[in-house]
Amino acid sequence: MSLKTEIEFTLNGVKRRATVPVEMSTLDLLRDVVGLTGTKYGCGEGECGACTIEVDGLTVNSCLMFAVDCAGRSVNTIESLAGEPLGERLRAAFVEQGAVQCGFCTPGMMMQAAHVLSACGAQDDKAIARGIEGNLCRCTGYKKIVEAIAVAGKATGA
Amino acid sequence: MAVLEKSRKVVAESLIGQRIPKMDAPEKASGKTRYIHDLDLSGQLHARILRSARIHARIKSIDTRAAKALPGVHVVLTAADLPDQRPIGVAKDHFPLKGEVVRSQRDEIAAVAAESVEIAEAALKLIRVEYEDLPVVADARAAIAPGAPLIHPPRQGAPAGAAVAYTGRPDNVAMRFDYSHGDVIQAEADSDVVIEDSFKLHYVTHCCMGVSGVIAEFDASGYLTLYSNTQVPFLHKREFAEYLNMDPARIRIIQPPIGGGFGSKLDVYPFEVICVFLARAAQRPVKLVFTREEEFLASPTRQPVLLTLRSGCKKDGTLTFRTVHTLHDNGAYTSWGATTPFVMMQTFSSLYRVPHCDYHTTAVYTNNPYAGSFRGYGNLQATFAIEQHMDMLADAIGMDPLAFRLKNAQESGEVTGQGMVFKSCGFKDCLTTAATRSDYVVKRAAYRARQKDAGAVKRGIGMASMLHVGGGAKIYPSDGCGTMLKMDDFGALTLITGASEIGQGSETVLAQLVCEELGLPISAVTVVNNDTDITPWDVGVHASRTTFIAGNSAIGAAKKAKAKILAAAARKYECAEETLDLKGGFIVRKESDEALIELAKFIRGLHFSDKAELVMTTFYYEPPSVHQDKGFKGDVSATYAWATQVVEVEVDTATGIVSMTHVTGAHDVGRVLNRLGLEGQIEGGVIMGQGYALTENLMVEDGRIRNPNFRDYKLVTAPEIPAMDVSFIESMDGEGPQGAKGVGEAPAICIAAATANAIENATGVRLFELPFTPEKVYRALHGQTEKLYWAPWKPE
Ligand code: FES
Ligand code: FES
Repeated sequence: MSLKTEIEFTLNGVKRRATVPVEMSTLDLLRDVVGLTGTKYGCGEGECGACTIEVDGLTVNSCLMFAVDCAGRSVNTIESLAGEPLGERLRAAFVEQGAVQCGFCTPGMMMQAAHVLSACGAQDDKAIARGIEGNLCRCTGYKKIVEAIAVAGKATGA
Repeated sequence: MAVLEKSRKVVAESLIGQRIPKMDAPEKASGKTRYIHDLDLSGQLHARILRSARIHARIKSIDTRAAKALPGVHVVLTAADLPDQRPIGVAKDHFPLKGEVVRSQRDEIAAVAAESVEIAEAALKLIRVEYEDLPVVADARAAIAPGAPLIHPPRQGAPAGAAVAYTGRPDNVAMRFDYSHGDVIQAEADSDVVIEDSFKLHYVTHCCMGVSGVIAEFDASGYLTLYSNTQVPFLHKREFAEYLNMDPARIRIIQPPIGGGFGSKLDVYPFEVICVFLARAAQRPVKLVFTREEEFLASPTRQPVLLTLRSGCKKDGTLTFRTVHTLHDNGAYTSWGATTPFVMMQTFSSLYRVPHCDYHTTAVYTNNPYAGSFRGYGNLQATFAIEQHMDMLADAIGMDPLAFRLKNAQESGEVTGQGMVFKSCGFKDCLTTAATRSDYVVKRAAYRARQKDAGAVKRGIGMASMLHVGGGAKIYPSDGCGTMLKMDDFGALTLITGASEIGQGSETVLAQLVCEELGLPISAVTVVNNDTDITPWDVGVHASRTTFIAGNSAIGAAKKAKAKILAAAARKYECAEETLDLKGGFIVRKESDEALIELAKFIRGLHFSDKAELVMTTFYYEPPSVHQDKGFKGDVSATYAWATQVVEVEVDTATGIVSMTHVTGAHDVGRVLNRLGLEGQIEGGVIMGQGYALTENLMVEDGRIRNPNFRDYKLVTAPEIPAMDVSFIESMDGEGPQGAKGVGEAPAICIAAATANAIENATGVRLFELPFTPEKVYRALHGQTEKLYWAPWKPE
């Protein structure tokens, strides 16, 4: 029905190809074509951050990025944090500090947290809260999320 | 952690009161948890629903021919294809697919199952519907006005006693509640001060981060499996059986992890039944997941309420009476939300000692969104009014509001006019703890003195308290929960409970309670809680009941397992059972904690012996609460939770912007079981309360939702949260599991009321209408708000 195009990109460190309709979002590419469902749909309009991924070192809302724009780029998702030192520290901190309730916002939150810590350096609670202001959470009230990110940040010594 | 010392003495800490991480958190924090959105069954089709383009209209025709002809479309259904549709909902007042009349924006007209979501959506666009508009009732007051257009007009020819969907109604009244104790007329005459005010509570919605979804599949024998986010699987099983004319024994409900609940998943919704119809017609699994916009349009809201409260007291600060009239906008159909007056009347009648109380509620049909149940269940609305009046009465008699509250606060041992029995009540401790930790009395006086000072930004502090069921709520025939427990020969424990996990952490608390009883580490347990073919019966997640009810049930099963193990051990070691105990994974001598044998090894021995035995137990717990009588009197909960919250704000009088800077809460939780989980529940609830008070507002105009997205419906974000100080009052409830009470709903309840009191303290201006948006606050501060008044109303 619709126009398709073939792209090549790096996903979580592995080079790959995909044929995607031109109007498809990166979120749908990840979830429906690749089958990585850790990245979540919360709004589809760039307002909730549940779909946060990292593209060439910057975090983006994958629901707002066309899949075709992944071409030639390096894309990292929540699944990429497994086994990574920062990812593991974040995961441990989210678990131990009680930053996870229903968990639906968690993958996006952790991707943003990784960016806030690694790209922006370890920061105080206020800066961390600012860093995740684009990520909505309905369950936790954010306090424990900010605390978890701070703990993971201290552990990195970054 | 348990330690076995050289002397063979076992040293192990109690799990109660610890900070125990949620058992499902590692999966969730890895992106591995499969929510309903992440599940796909092979052969699955995707469904979309066509909703009404009008708010209130007669459907003249529906043409689905072009949609049916679209390649990739398997099934298109309308009401005409389903002559066997049965009415659904609490009042059985609507059909899943509407064939004759649409009554609200969300109304379902047709549904498509197709090879992909895109094809299903394309098919919807090809469906032609002709409407004939009917007059819209967009306001609860208009719905009860004489001559108002009827939302469900009476219909001829229906058999007597048939459901509203068949008979209609002679008026727009969906439900009435009338409650009374004492004599309010005499009490008013005896009062030194009497005040009356109207309050208006707005529409908000749950905004679960995971949107609604369902997957339905029939097997070859016609057995239905539903993957559903329901909070009440066993009740739904029965309801689905009725709606589908099926044997309930042939329906299995599996609950994948859920992306938030908060009361939104108590009802059976049309989309779920429609998905089953599609699966039945297609003979393929069908998946239906909402978009965010659809979630805003078609999932329920908190009940909007108009309320007039009349209260009185004596000069010495004794409360004399309360008379309350409320008007609830039900929307076009009745959900469980219409029963929130059950909870509201408890707050009016029993939060404080009120010798005389009259309470009247009318829930009316309109063409507005479907108002449902939401965390706190009417209590936010009731508390908003009562706790403002507590401040106003105190001011009227020149008494400090804290002292006024303490004078009228309930205590342990009290039986209220409504018949609620407060066996453990930490209310006064909540009041004094929150007041002391926030420095309430001193700050309130200081901020009041500074109201007229120069500078646009004023500070204020306000207090509010709440009472909520904390030991279940006997609203269904039973309020019980079953547990099955099984230990294998490696010492692994499987806890099979009827209680659903909706993100609140119940599975961790239940595991903790069982491990405490059996002297095992939390890592020894697997919890199974999501499949009605496996789990024992439970009435569902609501009314903050899970910790209390399912907790007691889990402890009961663990106690039986323990008794069985110790009896066998006593035989083996030739000693009395009472001299043995379980600790740190061992069977020990109670006196000395000396280890006799590793528990896993002993159990292995049990089933390999000649009198082989397995350790498997079941337990069913039904709380000692009672049903209310016809006049709503009775002790519905086995225990009650209490809390006081103090809110501090900054009000920018030049812009009307209110920032919440501090929230100090003291909660009577009975006993702290899992400190980490408890804090998480409280903090999340506080911020939900902050949104209710300040930012969230579902704008409904002429029945149409104007802001179905997160851009215009503003949830609180991380930088806006206040500093939070939470204290726990341990009143050690005699019936509670390890002394604990349920608290899931409590933290959201007081915040809006306390915020209103804080704004008054900062500015001298009292706000009666939520939410406190900058525009509303600015207008009120600059004298541009007309005093709200709603004349109490009762049907003739
Ligand atoms: S789904 Fe992308 S921001 Fe919400
Ligand atoms: S944990 Fe549920 S939305 Fe954040």
